[in-house]
Amino acid sequence: MAGGQERILRRRIKSIEATKKITRAMELIAASRIVKAQARVAAAKPYSEKVTSVISHLAAGGAGLDHPLLRRPEEVSTVAYVVVAADRGLCGGYNTNVLRSVERAIAADRQAGRDYRLLLSGKKARSYFAFRDFDIHADFQGYSDQPAYEDARRLARVATDLYEKGEVQEVRLAYTRFISMGVQEVEVAQFMPLETPETAHEEGEVPALYEFEPNPTVILEHLLPRYADARLFAAMLEASASEHAARQRAMKAATDNAEELKTTLSRIMNRARQDAITTEIMEIVGGSEALSHDQHDLVSDDLLADTIEGHLVELF
Amino acid sequence: MALKVELVSPEKVLWSGEATQVVGRTLDGDIAFLPGHAPFIGALDIAALRIWPVGHDEHSGVKAAVHGGFVEVSDDVVTILSDVAELAEDIDLERAKSAYERAGEILATNHADAEALAALKRAQTRLGILDYAYAP
Repeated sequence: MAGGQERILRRRIKSIEATKKITRAMELIAASRIVKAQARVAAAKPYSEKVTSVISHLAAGGAGLDHPLLRRPEEVSTVAYVVVAADRGLCGGYNTNVLRSVERAIAADRQAGRDYRLLLSGKKARSYFAFRDFDIHADFQGYSDQPAYEDARRLARVATDLYEKGEVQEVRLAYTRFISMGVQEVEVAQFMPLETPETAHEEGEVPALYEFEPNPTVILEHLLPRYADARLFAAMLEASASEHAARQRAMKAATDNAEELKTTLSRIMNRARQDAITTEIMEIVGGSEALSHDQHDLVSDDLLADTIEGHLVELF
Repeated sequence: MALKVELVSPEKVLWSGEATQVVGRTLDGDIAFLPGHAPFIGALDIAALRIWPVGHDEHSGVKAAVHGGFVEVSDDVVTILSDVAELAEDIDLERAKSAYERAGEILATNHADAEALAALKRAQTRLGILDYAYAP
């Protein structure tokens, strides 16, 4: 019956309203986290900038640049992928974008006869590759909201280990770059061998002659792993900012969609209610009409009008 | 003339300001920086770092535990980079004490445990900064 449909619609509208409240809350939380995440990206900049400048000074000071992390292999037979994704979903295409890019890159590697190793960060990365029967070398999770330096270091250690042992000849880093609030971009970039910063000096600047203690090569040996850590850490922070931005957008879309659905459903529900009322009036009028035909002499027109009125009052 | 000092960890700048003197320890030994120091790059040991900010007397100042890292000096700018560093007020005394004891226990059975040795050194540095007596 028509009244049943109305009840079903009312229930659906209620549940949509509840969902809308949740998505709206998630949107606001994500929005506030983006700001924090961006602040963390900015706070981490001085360290990585300084490390980079120290390395270029060391190179200028004659440090031996044959460190294992800098050595270029002649042939690449195995590539390690460091994949930075999120622990949670509900962030639109954020996870799938980066994970698919990696999957494509691995497929290309296989065609070229290269093997792969997967080093994953984030629960979603793990479940994605585990479901597709990929071989997972290492995976870390539980911090994608707010990665700490220690998290980056643990993961970077695994990567440097693989690279220094020669098990892999190249390490690539896949993460989502945070370009602006509106634009984030998946990047699959070379991580190891490390790119040494340019030693070129700005024009007119005379390179300072540094004293080194103990000596440039030893310092470089200590510094390079930290340079790798800092790079991964920066990538993780950017990925986390991107994650929050993606979640905010996804949740905003969900909230808008809920709003639209609510409007459409209320309209349908109102029409159903109107229909039910109209039908009922028609039935009453029809019934009275039939009665008055039978007993036209006994029932006056006044009484008929009274009956309809009574029913209408009952209805509204 | 003063030194511009920055103590930077990967997550944030721990301390920055002007100072008259900075003392730290590289892998080769203690070193002090005064204004006008020659350009210098050194690898830091696990040790205390002391900074005397402008306007402070001999006995006060900033102390920090630096667990390895680097120092670069040029043009009176001293930059200390450390992936693990804490200012004296951030050091957890109880944790440092228990870490010290734990490392001691491990070393009692195995004298060459590199990790325990490093842990002992870190705990000693922390306790030393808080002026607790410890056996070096």
